[in-house]
Amino acid sequence: MKAPTLKAKVHVFLKPGVLDVQGKAVEGALHGLGWDGVANVRVGKLLEFDLDGSDPEAAKGELKAMCEKLLANTVIESYKVEVA
Amino acid sequence: MKAAVLVFPGSNCDRDCKTAVETSVNGKVEMVWHQETELPSGLDLIVIPGGFSYGDYLRCGAMASQSPVMAAVKREAERGVSVLGICNGFQILCESGLLPGALLRNSGLKYVCKPIELTIENRTTRFTSAYGNKQTVWMTQGNGDGNFFADAETLKSIEDNDQVVFRYVENPNGSMNNIAGIINKAGNVLGMMPHPDRAFEEALGSADGAPMFKSLVRAAQAA
Repeated sequence: MKAPTLKAKVHVFLKPGVLDVQGKAVEGALHGLGWDGVANVRVGKLLEFDLDGSDPEAAKGELKAMCEKLLANTVIESYKVEVA
Repeated sequence: MKAAVLVFPGSNCDRDCKTAVETSVNGKVEMVWHQETELPSGLDLIVIPGGFSYGDYLRCGAMASQSPVMAAVKREAERGVSVLGICNGFQILCESGLLPGALLRNSGLKYVCKPIELTIENRTTRFTSAYGNKQTVWMTQGNGDGNFFADAETLKSIEDNDQVVFRYVENPNGSMNNIAGIINKAGNVLGMMPHPDRAFEEALGSADGAPMFKSLVRAAQAA
């Protein structure tokens, strides 16, 4: 029998107040294309992966540990985890 | 002086660092692969070179900071061995927590590659003692993520403890307080974006990197 797996999603964004030059550049490009109503563009990352286990709460704990250790640099980034 | 230069997949200044230490102070240099769990014994200096370790994937220096050799570097740093991180090496030191702060994308979005003038802010460190009264130095810069960032409290602590060793005369990348290089509180771990390893003899356009290695030899002899 196949071991149960969960679908994990990890969102990583620069913290508010940390200059996001990529976001600024994208915003400028959108303005250039005529979307003047666009403001405060932030570019982040979404990581998706499968994770062995069947307990979403335990998985969330593991994902947070992964973020603290590697996936996010908490000096400059914040993160959000989802399990389905 | 006995030195080790770390080599990660994607390092590209590892041989420059080896040549710089050999040429400027006749040091003995061993190259150490990132999967090693131990460093050679009796080291005076560990150099973490520039480059694009792990392709700069995820964040510059993020994966290198978790590699087996970095656990050994942390142990040696705690024992007081000198550690010099240049460019990607600086990013790796920040990612590993050996230095405070982080390096963000350059504010102008451009990869900045040019000779750059720096003021020496702290000439009492083991990395800068041989600069004498020299006020500014020329080295070269080559990076896309050299924009030093720290939160207000951390930045204040870095300044209050005289941990800023080099500042840019003209800020090329948006670094807070024009910071180009910082040292840890204990004074044995230095990270900097400009390259002393590309400025160790006049033929390279500047020999201003050489006194750094001479300072380290002096420190090693005094130890």
